Amino acid sequence: MSTMTLGRAAVPVRYLPVLVTGCLLVAMFVAGGIRYEGFAHGQVVLNVFIDNAFLLVVAVGMTFVILTGGIDLSVGSVVALSTMVAAGLMAGPGWPPYVVIPLVLAIGSGLGLVMGYIVHAFDIQPFIVTLAGMFLARGLCYTIGTDSIPIQDATFTAFAQTRIDLFADLWISPSVVIAVVVVLVAAYVLHYTRLGRSVYATGGNEQSAMLMGLPVGRTKIAVYTISGFCSALGGVLLSFYMLSGYGLHAVGMELDAIAAVVIGGTLLTGGSGFLFGTVLGVLVLGLIQTIISFQGTLSSWWTKIFIGLLLFVFILLQRLFSARSRR
Amino acid sequence: MRRLLWPAAVLVLLLALNVFFTPSFLAIQVRDGHLYGSLIDILRFGAPLILVALGMTLVIATGGIDLSVGSVVAISGALACLRISEDAGVLAAVAPALGLCLLLGAWNGFLVAGVGIQPIIATLILMVAGRGLAQLITGGQIITVNDEAYKMIGGGYWLTVPFGVLIVLAVLAITAFLTRRLALGMLIESVGGNAEASRLAGIRSRGIIVMVYAFAALCAGVAGLMISSNVSSADGNNAGLWIELDAILAVVIGGTSLAGGRFSLAGTVLGALIIQTLTTTVYSIGVPPETTLLFKALVVTAVCLIQSPSFRAKVFRRRGGTAPPAAVAEEKARVREEVPPDGVRS
Repeated sequence: MSTMTLGRAAVPVRYLPVLVTGCLLVAMFVAGGIRYEGFAHGQVVLNVFIDNAFLLVVAVGMTFVILTGGIDLSVGSVVALSTMVAAGLMAGPGWPPYVVIPLVLAIGSGLGLVMGYIVHAFDIQPFIVTLAGMFLARGLCYTIGTDSIPIQDATFTAFAQTRIDLFADLWISPSVVIAVVVVLVAAYVLHYTRLGRSVYATGGNEQSAMLMGLPVGRTKIAVYTISGFCSALGGVLLSFYMLSGYGLHAVGMELDAIAAVVIGGTLLTGGSGFLFGTVLGVLVLGLIQTIISFQGTLSSWWTKIFIGLLLFVFILLQRLFSARSRR
Repeated sequence: MRRLLWPAAVLVLLLALNVFFTPSFLAIQVRDGHLYGSLIDILRFGAPLILVALGMTLVIATGGIDLSVGSVVAISGALACLRISEDAGVLAAVAPALGLCLLLGAWNGFLVAGVGIQPIIATLILMVAGRGLAQLITGGQIITVNDEAYKMIGGGYWLTVPFGVLIVLAVLAITAFLTRRLALGMLIESVGGNAEASRLAGIRSRGIIVMVYAFAALCAGVAGLMISSNVSSADGNNAGLWIELDAILAVVIGGTSLAGGRFSLAGTVLGALIIQTLTTTVYSIGVPPETTLLFKALVVTAVCLIQSPSFRAKVFRRRGGTAPPAAVAEEKARVREEVPPDGVRS
């Protein structure tokens, strides 16, 4: 394992991208705290979590897919479809939430499973297959309805309004708890289970993984299923947050998720990266929005320009690191 | 030519479906000195997509991909409309817009060839930032313009033919000439087959890669002018939204492999026409327009499955069920076999 010395401590190169993202996050927070009054407050950080819990869950699924060297463009549409199905079933036939939520999760996983199967069995690029999935899910949204459907279910509204008080006036929403649980479970799966190791191996070199006797096909199908499941769960969290189902929810969320994963230091070629990096990536994206809203004079489109710039810097850094570690 | 068989069959099938539901579908009339008819509409509204897809074909032929074209469409329309709203002439509005597009394309190409970033990520940067840039140019507003000459680009007619279609024909002719009559097409395919080997063989891989990205952005820029001129306004947020995905689809449906190394301009045009016809079909047979995406998903899946060698092997069991070699190997092998001596294929 190649290492780089930073001062006296030797840091393995594979941790460097995550470290850089972490430093950036801290720097952004410190800079924000110095510039804006009321920024350096624990609740500001927690609000980033609260506002981005669904993105975090979606990005976790995306991390799995990208680690195998694939990509999933369908996540945003599956999120929208989940909000739409949940809202539609509760508003129309009046199904109870404990039936609707498992059904939504099953639909998301099912879509992922089918896409994964097509990717694996027919050798079609993940890009194209998930693109078709994206069209399919959005199309299904619009066939359910073109208008926004409000959610009035008691359980959902209760979930949306519940505050879990922490110490010293800080609070989080139940969605954050779910997101954190998802992250922890996913991290466990990635690092301590056979499936997780196969994911890294498949992304590192599919041919070698296959020759080693790893179930490459099953792994690929599994990651798309996981991504589908995470998107559906993200959709459920989004419907807690928005209390509505709408076919135009989460447009472009796949880009945010991919950006978060890349900023978090995961290589898009697969095989290298950490879930913790993805968490940091989501936080960086969330903090950019927070800073722009604190600034007040900057318009919303600066968010996109900043995210683009950050992507550029991080991709350049990744490039430098990977060039150095090869030497 | 066999590669064009499936896309052509799908297109004919779609058109036949239309004729079945609306018998007058194929009728073309001349009214007020303009050509009218459903087929003309398909060409007219499909023109921007064909342009973007043409640029995308060359990028994909080098083994790359350009996700930023949608944003470039928005930027070009935004800048041109901004200039016109500042009372600039059409030329003074179009020239800087296209210039900026060329610059953005060259930037993409530099990231891919110079810095060595994966194309999908390199262009993702501009895809995300470009939307912001377009909104920055329009100031977050929708700029509406009222200029007869500018309106001509996307909505006008010349010699009874929609002007946009003429632009597409011109670009197609120039591209086909450059890539199929000159060596350029072969060089592009060789870079797509193996950039490093091509460089060692004396081809300026980097220059070619920068060029194709610049060309793709230029095509997207012209498409952006068409789209904004057709509706006489520029919307930084929604102009050209998802057109990159449609363009990539058109290229793939047309039989160009995403692995790079070979391309078919005619196939791409067919692919773009299929996508546009699909949209028109959905409207004309009275299916709710919201379900267009659903149909698109089905057609894309069907076309991709039909083109996938392993799907054909599994389903049709050709030649006693012997599995064909892996797709990538087949592509690379074909590059060598299929390049005809005269280089004419499109």
